[in-house]
Amino acid sequence: MKKAFELFFSFFKIGAFTLGGGYAMLSMVEKAVVDQKKWIPNDEFWDMIAVVQSLPGVFAVNTALYVGHRVAGRKGAFAAMLGAIIPSITIILLLATVFREFRDQPVVERIFKGIRPCVVALILAPSLRMIKSAKVTWKTAIIPIVTVFLIWWCKISPAYVILAAIAGSLIYALIINKKAKEKEVKP
Amino acid sequence: MIYLQLLWVFVKIGVLGFGGGYAMLSLIQHEVVEHYAWMTTTDFADMVAISQMTPGPISINLATYVGYTTAGIGGSLLASFALCLPSVIMVYLILKLFMSKKNNTLIDNTLKGLKPAIAGLIFAAGLSMMNLQNFPDFGRGQYNISVIICVLAFVASYFFKANPILLIVLSGVVGYFAY
Repeated sequence: MKKAFELFFSFFKIGAFTLGGGYAMLSMVEKAVVDQKKWIPNDEFWDMIAVVQSLPGVFAVNTALYVGHRVAGRKGAFAAMLGAIIPSITIILLLATVFREFRDQPVVERIFKGIRPCVVALILAPSLRMIKSAKVTWKTAIIPIVTVFLIWWCKISPAYVILAAIAGSLIYALIINKKAKEKEVKP
Repeated sequence: MIYLQLLWVFVKIGVLGFGGGYAMLSLIQHEVVEHYAWMTTTDFADMVAISQMTPGPISINLATYVGYTTAGIGGSLLASFALCLPSVIMVYLILKLFMSKKNNTLIDNTLKGLKPAIAGLIFAAGLSMMNLQNFPDFGRGQYNISVIICVLAFVASYFFKANPILLIVLSGVVGYFAY
């Protein structure tokens, strides 16, 4: 039980103080879990992160669940998850209430008129960076282009597009794996 | 009814949310703005700005905000937990199956193939937000301040990896003086 409390507070601190999403949080988790508490050895921690990264869902929550479960079973997983999300929920609830009161003030409206186009840029920029890091070539550029067309123009639900993309990628991965195995057999 | 809808929407996003917070943002945008019309596109932009500036995972922030505006405090808790529910099941299963990194080239290659599609998905969310609600001065007068803000923020973010919170604050200051 004591461990569950410790997990809760460790992830609460991480949830309350990390700005900039899941990956910014990672070094803080490493410091708390590996260096300070010594709950999990370093190599196992990074092995675990590699697995968690391939899962869908909230990265911070997945990490909290995994670390929590590894350290103190189901109770630990639950405690760590709550620790990771309670600061977010509390802060957003407070801000949303306040924002509702003040959003019609002319000053607030002026500020947000400036912020909205910036938000658009902040969504477009990482998507292009992702295309770069995925090493998209002229041939494979068709994938993001079709995705954009289906969602933005045809208004098809991104959920279906993701399901189709998973099916396509899986087939592609199976072909690659088969080819790799054939290469192993030949010589 | 609204609770069931929130539950369904956020469980779905928890299952299909590959590729981090921004990918989930585009899923949320489709459901919340286009499908259910719980929010206008300006509400959505404001919510993203607030979620970006506050600590914690951006998708949890968004879920809480959407839940709160549609169904109060109960809705906010429900949406956040619905988003986490698939994770709880998946992490538990993975721990039971003792999956390790080494024998997972298939999963790795699948995720690699998925990446360009996720990038397109996020780009589409950005495009959907390029409208007269978020760019109210577009085509009016000599200077389109909103377009200038968007271009400068894009250059700062894409080429110089500028801190998003700093960019939001600066744009707010520009908006205060320009409008």
